[in-house]
Amino acid sequence: MLRDITLGQYYQTESVIHRLDPRVKLGGTLCYIISLFFFRNFLGYGIAALFLAAVIGLSHVPFKFIVKGMKAIVFLLLITVTFNLFLTPGEALFTVWKLTVTVEGLRTAVNMAVRLSLLIIGSSLMTLTTTPNNLTDGMESMMKPLKAFRVPVHEVAMIMSIALRFIPILLEETDKIMKAQIARGADFETGNIVKRAKALVPILVPLFISAFRRANDLAMAMEARCYRGGEGRTKMKPLVYERRDRLGYLCLLAYLAVSIGIGRLRF
Amino acid sequence: MPIILDHVNYIYGEGGPLAVKALDDVCLQIPDGQFVGIIGHTGSGKSTLVQHMNGLLKATSGHIYFNGEDIYDRDFRMKKLRSKVGLVFQYPEHQLFEIDVFSDVCFGPKNLGLDRKEAELKAFDALRKVGLPTELYYQSPFELSGGQKRRVAIAGVLAMEPEVLILDEPTAGLDPKGREEILHQIKELQQKTNMTILLVSHSMEDVAEYVDRIIVMNQGKVMYDDVPKAVFSHYKELEEVGLSAPQVTYILHALKERGLRVDVSATTIDEAVGTILKTLGRT
Repeated sequence: MLRDITLGQYYQTESVIHRLDPRVKLGGTLCYIISLFFFRNFLGYGIAALFLAAVIGLSHVPFKFIVKGMKAIVFLLLITVTFNLFLTPGEALFTVWKLTVTVEGLRTAVNMAVRLSLLIIGSSLMTLTTTPNNLTDGMESMMKPLKAFRVPVHEVAMIMSIALRFIPILLEETDKIMKAQIARGADFETGNIVKRAKALVPILVPLFISAFRRANDLAMAMEARCYRGGEGRTKMKPLVYERRDRLGYLCLLAYLAVSIGIGRLRF
Repeated sequence: MPIILDHVNYIYGEGGPLAVKALDDVCLQIPDGQFVGIIGHTGSGKSTLVQHMNGLLKATSGHIYFNGEDIYDRDFRMKKLRSKVGLVFQYPEHQLFEIDVFSDVCFGPKNLGLDRKEAELKAFDALRKVGLPTELYYQSPFELSGGQKRRVAIAGVLAMEPEVLILDEPTAGLDPKGREEILHQIKELQQKTNMTILLVSHSMEDVAEYVDRIIVMNQGKVMYDDVPKAVFSHYKELEEVGLSAPQVTYILHALKERGLRVDVSATTIDEAVGTILKTLGRT
């Protein structure tokens, strides 16, 4: 039941996008997100959608798989749309009971819905095509300049990669504990909110205990191998830019120039 | 209450990039009161198989009948099945959560809707059955030793008084003494209550001495399903799929090759001693 969440998951297959340097993908995602907030007309979103479609095509990740992960966010999307639809002041379009839909409201609602969907699909594409290890490697390397301001870049990256690594383990563990308690007659699906919240105790207590146990074991294993932070630590596979990565940056620049150039126009 | 599996298939992550066929056309009948061993190495589908038997996993295709009723029927009550078929998971001590041992064991019977007194009686009974010392009943379950924790967890399922008890690797991670104690207690339980017991394991040695029947799983399929003697006679095939027969089987076969006319079908040490002494003419 918990396996259905694809957000933040890695989809294993062979493609140009998968092989791209994580720094290109991180930078690309950042540029893409920023570009979404620059647009003033729907043509900009059209270009962004085209760009996204091209990247999805290149990545060999089935579109169905990406959409499946979106299900969790539909609720959030609906709330945003409803609130914008009814609560934006402006020229009235029509009135239902006490709620008035305005032209401006409709425009912002559609704007928001499109922007959010593009944003989520775009950023989930990054995690779908990049292994967690690669992702944190990329982040570490991109955040290096922050070291000058005494930011513990390596430690932050290590914490992130451990956290990411533990997500599937803890999900699996939750699944197992849930099953074990269901086998003992536990019921998580019926009853009011209080009853359901109480029903979570038999899952949460064992889950926390197991998380602490695992954290303890991991810390011990790292110490046993003389881990003592980033000082003087080298990488087995250092990140090196290749031709396709430079090409990737070029495509990005082209996208940014075109989309923002057109997206900023007012009609 | 017999369980019948009729052409059961199960696929993990169906339609995804990493779909795995975990059960492949499994047909089985588990009659009342039998002590069954399910053997297979890691990933052979044995855990997946037993999770079907109390409805935790739903077969991709096929039917499962419990006491003649199809458990996938819309009006079949899963909760009833789960109270009749008790499943003890691998490392069951990881499911303990209450402040003391006794309340934890009460969790199952309380979920069945019993009142406090009845639940406590059943919990007390179950804890006695697994042989946990009385002075530990009101201790935190997290302060017990590994073997004791496991007994508490098994008691947690026993307290629901199931008619079929499934134990998934109940001896994993225990020392030889703890292993023997647990297995012995399970056997005793079966003899006293005539409960149907399914024991999942990857070790032939564990089950050979106790069970009436062995089901060997390999790559999601039932490879052998017979009495222990018959299964162990295929010891060469078992080795090919990463399993092995009990050590006595090897010893007896080696003796036979050297010309001693022993009965190679002995599965326990006692039987082996008997047949060796007999051939040597010392009985």
